[in-house]
Amino acid sequence: MEGNHKKARVRLCYLCNQRRAALKRPKTLEQICRECFYELFEEEIHQVIVKNELFKPGERIAIGASGGKDSTVLAYVLSELNRRHNYGLDLFLLSVDEGITGYRDDSLETVKRNELQYGLPLKIVSYKDLYGWTMDEIVKTIGLKNNCTFCGVFRRQALDRGAALLKVDKVVTGHNADDIAETVLLNILRGDIARLSRCTSITTGEDGPIPRCKPFKYTYEKEIVIYPSVENLNKMVTYAYFKRLDYFSTECTTLSPLFHGYSLVLFCYFIFPSCLLRDYFVAGIYSPNAYRGFAREFIKDLERMRPRAILDIIKSGEDFRISTSTKMPEQGICERCGYISSQKWCKACVLLEGLNKGLPKLGIGRSRGLDNNHRKDVKQSNGTKNIEGKQCGSLDF
Amino acid sequence: MQLTLEFGGGLELLCDSVKIHDVNVIPNNEVDKLTMKDLLVWVRTNLIKERPEMFMKDDSVRPGVLVLVNDCDWELSGQLDTPLEEKDVVVFISTLHGG
Repeated sequence: MEGNHKKARVRLCYLCNQRRAALKRPKTLEQICRECFYELFEEEIHQVIVKNELFKPGERIAIGASGGKDSTVLAYVLSELNRRHNYGLDLFLLSVDEGITGYRDDSLETVKRNELQYGLPLKIVSYKDLYGWTMDEIVKTIGLKNNCTFCGVFRRQALDRGAALLKVDKVVTGHNADDIAETVLLNILRGDIARLSRCTSITTGEDGPIPRCKPFKYTYEKEIVIYPSVENLNKMVTYAYFKRLDYFSTECTTLSPLFHGYSLVLFCYFIFPSCLLRDYFVAGIYSPNAYRGFAREFIKDLERMRPRAILDIIKSGEDFRISTSTKMPEQGICERCGYISSQKWCKACVLLEGLNKGLPKLGIGRSRGLDNNHRKDVKQSNGTKNIEGKQCGSLDF
Repeated sequence: MQLTLEFGGGLELLCDSVKIHDVNVIPNNEVDKLTMKDLLVWVRTNLIKERPEMFMKDDSVRPGVLVLVNDCDWELSGQLDTPLEEKDVVVFISTLHGG
């Protein structure tokens, strides 16, 4: 191919100085060929894993897999690195089936193919099994108005419950550098000190039952997207996997057009970092307020002007120091199901109670739920309004 | 000029869910000279059926859309000024889709 296209500017790879450069790395602005990029991409992730001591030999690790690009590449790279560097990990794919016809059933097919391709056992936990309701049934009951609240709250817990069923030591998710930079901005905009202080941590929830970590914390979305494209040209074997199967990219069929606030966007980060739902807020298609897409759009604009901005924002997020006198929300346990919660009942139990009693509006909206006293205490002892963040206290990055 | 255009990462939804398009683009300025800038205008006019703002912003692709010309990042070949030749393959991938 090189010979056919003698372009005016044929540039060579800065590393090997032999092959034609195929990519300008956003992190460093260096021009790199496919082969070197492929090697470097994996090596950098290996270095992140080693430096941050993400795994210990013999651990059981669940990869949160949506069938999308980030988790597909993560599953592939992690199983490669595990083999190459003898991490000694038992890897599993963990997916959540919300029960959305035409959306999740299709993306789960992608995950099932990944199971065969990478030889990783797959566990799918469904809303139907965990909660007795599919999203399709919930939509039938409550309409399209608030269904995203249910989906987001349920999904968060579903991944943890699936991880518990698999008896894994950790869950890894495909959050990339762009996602984290975006989260930093959102948390600043929302004034959410609690989440701001932990959203840049590469591992979270170490005090909880199942910690989560993000091996792609420093990996640019651009490189994750381009990786399979480059890879498939490089290795014909994996070509079929990546190229023809692609990753799954279709819109959610039950997306609430009226869903308010950032909460869904934030929920989506927990499990499916680049959740498809979010894109439609970003695109402003379903969103009455353009500001919802502001953070993503802004990050991409910044990246175009100065690609390093993404890493700089993460660095700024890391450098935030939260004053020790700032009162953080206390995390307790849901009296009903035992899941972490800052309220008496966790949000999922409140929502489920409403659904089962035929009062689906319960737990939706601005009401502070069952435990208002706790919040008053915080306010009084604190002087600063709302510093403890929003209702969804059980959320954790 | 015969070109192969490929849309991925959700962009195919903007053009009738067809991923690969073999097209014949006729340069309207000088003879046989076509750049990415011209191609983007042509694509928006001829291929994009809905939500063109998902594909383009001002006169370039929307930030977050990757462009590969003959498997090479267009940032290396001059972006909008990248010259196109007969039988070139241009790939557009949105990074804003899919997790």
